[in-house]
Amino acid sequence: MDKKRDEGGFDQRLQEARDRQGLIDPDAAPKGKDLPDGAIGAGTRVGVEMVSAVVVGLVIGLWLDRWLHTAPWLMLLFLVLGMAAGVMNVFRLVSPRKTPPE
Amino acid sequence: MADMNPLEQFTLEPVFGHFGQQAHFSQANLMMILAGTLVLLLLRVGMAPKSVVPGRLQALAEMSYQGIMSMAVGTIGEEGKRFFPFIFTLFFFILFGNILGLLPFSFTYTSHIAVTFGLAMLVFVLITVVSFAVHGLHFFSYFFPAGAPVFLAPLIVPIEILSYLSRPVSLSVRLFANMLAGHVMLDVFAYFVILLGGAGIVGGIAAIAPMGLDVVMIGFELLVAFLQAYVFAVLTCIYLHDAVHLH
Repeated sequence: MDKKRDEGGFDQRLQEARDRQGLIDPDAAPKGKDLPDGAIGAGTRVGVEMVSAVVVGLVIGLWLDRWLHTAPWLMLLFLVLGMAAGVMNVFRLVSPRKTPPE
Repeated sequence: MADMNPLEQFTLEPVFGHFGQQAHFSQANLMMILAGTLVLLLLRVGMAPKSVVPGRLQALAEMSYQGIMSMAVGTIGEEGKRFFPFIFTLFFFILFGNILGLLPFSFTYTSHIAVTFGLAMLVFVLITVVSFAVHGLHFFSYFFPAGAPVFLAPLIVPIEILSYLSRPVSLSVRLFANMLAGHVMLDVFAYFVILLGGAGIVGGIAAIAPMGLDVVMIGFELLVAFLQAYVFAVLTCIYLHDAVHLH
């Protein structure tokens, strides 16, 4: 083993070898890429996100109504809140995600 | 074949005769055990040679390990390594469930909302516990984004809580609906083949169309099987990232 070459460390030698071969560092490839794109996938995801929030709001509203005997007001309130949460879910989905630190 | 009901394929039947009936051991449980065993075998047998230049099976095992590892670390951050075993298990349990379900005479356990919702609740409980463990009571600041006007709190906080609670629902419904819809469509086109095939020569020729569609559908379902397992795992990673970093 050549002692001198070892001092650079394996990573550096790997990088040098890659540069010589004109290879792109795979670690530099887009990391932590988001969900795969595609019209069908995006469409169903948006639908599911919206509907699930509305359903959760509806269920919580109905459950609170039965508990507090306030039918149908809390159901209506939480239905609207659920719709808002659904829109927010979709907004989060389509807005570019913050890249995780480091 | 007496009644052509495309939902019949999802009924749970006890297997292994008397034992299955007593223990409520259905074909879904059998397929889950099979999937788990196959994943273990893939890693165990695949990594057995421990060669520097991997063979096919070892390459597959290494690729699956590195793929999930890079996904976990890339999405969650350095802390992702701690959650790697969970994400790996989750991904391969779902992936093998989806793919094994495409084989003839088998059963797709991921087409049951009970299974997918159970998995999603597992993720939901985990992200909540991790949030509390990492941030303590600071976790509740998640429901009120910093910088928002305080007088909007009564509106924002319930919406954020609902949005948080809708995670397990959307996570489970997405996987369940995709698998259910795919298998129902496969079944419906297969019924067309049978119905047309019984309608003389013209029908027999026309039956080629739904048959071809089914062939295409199987390919598409393979894609969906992989994609949905991936989406489930990636969303788990994103949620874990939120739990570790809060916003």
